[in-house]
Amino acid sequence: MISIRGIGKSYGKIQALKDINIEVNAGEIFGLIGPDGAGKTTLIRILTTLLLPDTGSAQVMNLDVVKDFKLLRRDFGYMPGRFSLYEDLTVEENLELFASIFGTTISENYHLIEDIYKQIEPFKTRSAGKLSGGMKQKLALSCVMIHKPGVIFLDEPTTGVDPVSRREFWQMLHKLKQHGITIFVTTPYMDEASQCDRIALIQNGQLMSIDTPNAIVEQYKDDLYAIITDKRHGLLQDLRRYESAKSVFLFGSHIHYTDKQTQLDKPALNTYLQAHGHSQIEIRKIPPVIEDCFLALMGDLKEDAHA
Amino acid sequence: MKKFRAFVKKEFYHITRDWRTLIILLGMPIIQIMLFGFAITNEIKDAKIAILDLARDEHSTVLIDKILANDYFKLEAYLTHSREIEPVFRKGKVKEVIIFEPGFGARLEKEHSANIQIIADASDPNTATMLLNYTQAIIGNYQAEQNELQHLPFSIGIHSEMFYNNELKGVYLFVPGLIAIILMLVSAMMTSISITKEKELGTMEILLATPMKPAVIIIAKVIPYLILSFINAVIILLLGFFVFHVPVHGSLLLLLLEMILFILTVLSLGIFISTATSSQQVALMASLMGLMLPTILLSGFLFPVENMPLPLQLISNMVPAKWFIIIIKGIMLKGVGLAIVWKETLILVGFMAFFILLSVKKFKPRLA
Repeated sequence: MISIRGIGKSYGKIQALKDINIEVNAGEIFGLIGPDGAGKTTLIRILTTLLLPDTGSAQVMNLDVVKDFKLLRRDFGYMPGRFSLYEDLTVEENLELFASIFGTTISENYHLIEDIYKQIEPFKTRSAGKLSGGMKQKLALSCVMIHKPGVIFLDEPTTGVDPVSRREFWQMLHKLKQHGITIFVTTPYMDEASQCDRIALIQNGQLMSIDTPNAIVEQYKDDLYAIITDKRHGLLQDLRRYESAKSVFLFGSHIHYTDKQTQLDKPALNTYLQAHGHSQIEIRKIPPVIEDCFLALMGDLKEDAHA
Repeated sequence: MKKFRAFVKKEFYHITRDWRTLIILLGMPIIQIMLFGFAITNEIKDAKIAILDLARDEHSTVLIDKILANDYFKLEAYLTHSREIEPVFRKGKVKEVIIFEPGFGARLEKEHSANIQIIADASDPNTATMLLNYTQAIIGNYQAEQNELQHLPFSIGIHSEMFYNNELKGVYLFVPGLIAIILMLVSAMMTSISITKEKELGTMEILLATPMKPAVIIIAKVIPYLILSFINAVIILLLGFFVFHVPVHGSLLLLLLEMILFILTVLSLGIFISTATSSQQVALMASLMGLMLPTILLSGFLFPVENMPLPLQLISNMVPAKWFIIIIKGIMLKGVGLAIVWKETLILVGFMAFFILLSVKKFKPRLA
């Protein structure tokens, strides 16, 4: 559905994307996950024909994003990271406008957006600028879907949206998937990875891994431990100074820890922490999440760079 | 075509929903023409004058009484020597000095002809002409009155002189000039702002990712402003005609067509500005500095181009409004036809083609 081959893009001296290769299958939800500035928006803009890549090529629905951009623009839906509808037009007028731009009508494709649009329909005479954040997202998604695109590109649709609306939004995407629509979505939230069929992890313009969320987690080789003590302050530093520590990251109230040894010497670590004034020490083996994988892959990337 | 209609509709929504801006856009020409208009035709009341009566006889006294009898003039100073004329003007105390020659009455009786000199402060040219006209009318009246009593007609020679600016220019110029400026403002500034607004709000990004053709986006954007500008121009014309009696001697149709041509020229300029800028502020500044100031200063609206130093005269050739003002002055005031103003018309067409070409070249179907 989408094939990206060797895409690279620089802004002056800053290389935003380095040799990106991705194949997205028809009908899947594909998530591009990475922190701010990783190159997600640049890639999505190249795929939506809005930017030219410096190197490589990409096809969306078998159309080249550079050569066939005019044809391609009829067939995909694009929702930029920022709410970009006309705030002085009403909900209905926005939707009508986008329907007419693509030469269709609201009634023709109403079935596609029904689930989403019916939630904001009571406010259809309200101007879009006066909607709440969650409702704006629903309207934007309706406008993206109104011309029955084969594939939709959503750039950080859940950024700046409350947790409830975020969950709702993902539910909407799953429903759209049932209509056979391919969804390419970016997000900085690692916890949203599990919502996607497959994900690509991106950092500093470089892809680190592409796979299903489960497979990526399974590739995590080390034993991961969650550590918490009564003396939260200083725990991170103390663990980082621990000789045998491989990686130490703060995850909310816990520290995620991996050890250089294949088998963690728990008593030794306990003694070390006690010596540094920690008590009520809790060391628990836990399954890794995507963020652990991301951080581990980031570490590998740095080692590669140094080597 | 359906897309185009939907898009024009959207633009009209933008304009009509922003009613504050709309009121300004439609109210501005009315307010401006009233301001300019009444500044020029403002009735003279209690204008301060000085009199230097070197004759001091019956005729001069009666005439002075007559001049001062109405509300127009107020005697500020009674001078005794011509040396005092310059200082009273300098101090700005008086707007006009009326001088009776020595032996005014006697000469009038004997020779049936005598002289009065009127000097006006023409640093405000419009008031100066008005004062002069009023004074002349009063003197003329007196002359006519006297002539009924005489066998041989009196003739009072009036020698007027304008101080500070003896070349009084274009009382009617403000209507053509105002049309040019208002059109410039509404067409160029508003289009450039409204296109850059789409860039700034990110809606341009969405529009580019649709099958909408950039040309269609822009033409649809321009149409409401074309209509709005045209309405404005007509309002100014009507106000000028009915309130200030500025005539349209030439063909009204030609005048309207030339106005549309100028609007299109300026719209293309506005589009060009918007393709070259990316934020509303920059577009606004570029329009103000790049369009408004040259239009006001160099188009011949306020200052005659012939009086400018050569470099400025050359620069003024690049101001579309200059050519438009020549055309519309010709049609309105002199009643000339296309046979006379074809050259200026062609220049405007050239400007338009140039800016459209430049915009098309600069417009990118992608971001950045």
